[in-house]
Amino acid sequence: MSSLFAFTLLGLFTGAAYAIMASGLVLTYTTTRVFNIAHGAFGMFLAFVFWDFTQRQGLPTVLSLVLVVGVVAPAIGWFIQRFVTRGLGEGPVSVALVVTVGLLVGLIGLAQQIWPPEPRVLLPFWSGTGWQVGDTFVTAHQLVTLVCAIAVAFGLYLLLSRTRIGTAMRASVDNPELLKLFGGKPDRVAALSWAIGMSLAALGGILLTPVVLLDYYALTLLVINAYAAAMLGRLKSLPMTFAGAMILGVLESWAVGYLPTDGFLASFRPVIPALFLFAIVVLMPQAQLRIGQVKGIVTAPVPTMRLSLGSGTGLLVAALLLVNVVAPNQVLLIGVAATYAMVMLSLVLLTGYGGHVSLAQFTFAGVGALAYAKLDEPNLFGLLLSAVIAAAVGALVALPVLRLTGLYLALSTMAFAVLMDKVVFNAEFAFKFNGTLAADRLSILGMRIGSDTAYVWFMVLAFVLLALGLLVLRRGALGRLLIAMRDSPSACGTLGLDLRWFRVGLFALSAGVAGLAGGLFAGLRGTVGAADFLYFQSLLVLLLAVVFGATSVTGALLGGTALMLLPEFQAASPSMAGLLFAVIGFGAVLLGRDPNGIANHVFRIGRWLRSRIAPGLEGRLQGLLPRGGGSDGAVDVPLVDIAVDVEKVG
Amino acid sequence: MSVPILDVIDLHAAYGRIEVLRGVDLSVPRGAVMALLGPNGAGKSTLVKVISGQKEATSGDIHLAGVHVQGAASDALARVGLCTIPEGRSVFPNLTVEENLVLMSYAGVPAAAVLDTAYGYFPRLHERRHQLAGTMSGGEQQMLAMSRALASDPALLLLDELSMGLAPLIVDELYETVARIAESGVSILCIEQFARTALRVADYAAVMSGGRIVATGEPGEILDTMADVILGGAA
Repeated sequence: MSSLFAFTLLGLFTGAAYAIMASGLVLTYTTTRVFNIAHGAFGMFLAFVFWDFTQRQGLPTVLSLVLVVGVVAPAIGWFIQRFVTRGLGEGPVSVALVVTVGLLVGLIGLAQQIWPPEPRVLLPFWSGTGWQVGDTFVTAHQLVTLVCAIAVAFGLYLLLSRTRIGTAMRASVDNPELLKLFGGKPDRVAALSWAIGMSLAALGGILLTPVVLLDYYALTLLVINAYAAAMLGRLKSLPMTFAGAMILGVLESWAVGYLPTDGFLASFRPVIPALFLFAIVVLMPQAQLRIGQVKGIVTAPVPTMRLSLGSGTGLLVAALLLVNVVAPNQVLLIGVAATYAMVMLSLVLLTGYGGHVSLAQFTFAGVGALAYAKLDEPNLFGLLLSAVIAAAVGALVALPVLRLTGLYLALSTMAFAVLMDKVVFNAEFAFKFNGTLAADRLSILGMRIGSDTAYVWFMVLAFVLLALGLLVLRRGALGRLLIAMRDSPSACGTLGLDLRWFRVGLFALSAGVAGLAGGLFAGLRGTVGAADFLYFQSLLVLLLAVVFGATSVTGALLGGTALMLLPEFQAASPSMAGLLFAVIGFGAVLLGRDPNGIANHVFRIGRWLRSRIAPGLEGRLQGLLPRGGGSDGAVDVPLVDIAVDVEKVG
Repeated sequence: MSVPILDVIDLHAAYGRIEVLRGVDLSVPRGAVMALLGPNGAGKSTLVKVISGQKEATSGDIHLAGVHVQGAASDALARVGLCTIPEGRSVFPNLTVEENLVLMSYAGVPAAAVLDTAYGYFPRLHERRHQLAGTMSGGEQQMLAMSRALASDPALLLLDELSMGLAPLIVDELYETVARIAESGVSILCIEQFARTALRVADYAAVMSGGRIVATGEPGEILDTMADVILGGAA
């Protein structure tokens, strides 16, 4: 019995730190409607700043704490509100999500750039001091954590319900324009809430660092605990958030105490927050549909059949040339790019057309790869079967979260990705811990595609076929339904469309495409392991898909190529590795507002070239030929191809 | 002759490429109640948005009490004495009545004074001070919105479609309040689709159509000619 008490007490202390973090998240969300996925990343970054102040600069602990929590964090919060997230709350949820995911990736990169990986120790406050409570030893650090949490709770309560600016914070959620007419300053209010939110992220990060160590990813991942706690309060209620954080802390502590230390169950220990998040999101009452969300999202134009067929052929020819020209190890890279591009195609379907954000797309590719390797049927049937299995898993994920949209759906996919990454992929029946599985190359009608060049070319072919299929889908009735669903779910409801099963189907289809890519990837590599499908990759896939254009097939191709090139550049210049992440992340922050991405600008160049060159060319052709009728098709096709090929080579 | 409290000169404004205000000239004398009438889509609400700083004009000038204010932010204008009550229910539905009233003190009057005035005029608000504003009836919400006009002691009050969605009886009650505010010397620009209600309390009236002021004058004259003006007889 006394051990139960001890574990509960320990859990409450961890829970207190989670509560501090989660309350910051809730505060920024309730006042600005921007869900800060990067909340944990900010905590991580500021914990590093704190380490820098205390260890490298040698400032006294208390002074550094005051500096970080009281000066640096609020300044960053103000800056982020002023220049990054302003006005995001009114836009579509997906834009805010992508921008904050961009911040997350960017911050991890920035931290790696400023503080290169090396062992760092951040001592607990007054380490060594502590008291005996019953059988348990309570350290001073734990007590400090608890005191901080209580102070934060009281401070926030007083601020929000007893002060005018706190009331204005709550008012600005409803109607910032009206607050202005009252004479208030919504921007100042939002900046204040971001500043406080950042301070709380910093405080939470610093308090948790001695527990989870100063690690880029572990500290960033802590945000899942914060999400889970905040979800219990439905992102609104601070008391419920505190309760959620405490429950989570205690559950985790019990898991440490009572779950077996080896075997399958042991792997559940690190994913308790993710499980908790998943459960809460699933059990929560239905989120309300947002009405009047229709904000002219200008979609990238859907190409004509002739144009897409022509570009596809052009790409295939270019790929054929490329695989025969470049060095053998680079052939594999093209295959990797094709994989990424296919995964991004699945995002074009889900996010670009459907308007749903998934943070687990690469996990579905992992499911496909796992199925392909396990089935051990290296032929088209096996490949299709693994895609179907991935689709089924996608449907399974979408089923419980059928009723959810936007943010909640995205968070549940993230929880799912973490779950798969940490538990399922590492399990005995899958890749095993640190293990790999062998997968054979695909054979079609008994012909094994053995050589790298042929296999890679086949992957490009698969990409082209998938892309064509996607475009056909987009142009048909299903495509119209997709766009209608994205633009206004409530309008679809009034038309009598039941969108829930449709959404499951969409999710499944998208997961299936990703699974197909995963299967092909397994064949390409020969061996695949859990390390190939980390949940973090899904974030990168989403980011690059959005940066390069999540609404067009061209965007997927460009994004896939860029994602392949990313680790190559990193390997070429390791010192710049973090910087590259930072550039990608912050690039997404800048470009995330335009979901059409870079691809749209490529289209614009194409259109501009056509308007400049085509008339002259046509005139000349007209002079040469008696009838220039067939010429415009020939002019159309190469222009886009040129743009694509240039990107491909570069 | 005193400087008018509001002077709008050749004001243009547009949503994208669609021009909505095409040269509005309007002048509200100090201490007067001006009713601005006109059909749907005439640009009345846009005019309010531009005057209150919520929307930028493309060209033209606005003077408040002789001061050129164009380009000023709406919150700054609110703090110097321009009180705007926008279309619909201009209250915060998820805050209690009292919290709504506390926020009104941003306009420059201490919170305690705001509460006193509001509860003095509308005892019903005092009964409901801990209720969420969104759960009150439409008339009560409009009372709460009008409290801001009463309590913040503005120099100019802009009222946009006070009667929207309310029962005629309540509309009459609200206009009595408007008349009372006018007696205390506040200048009012009052936008209304229902001409008769507004004209009862107005000193002057103007009719807007197609983005321009097409007629101004005493309420009586306007009432007589309005049908013609709106239907395009005289212009």
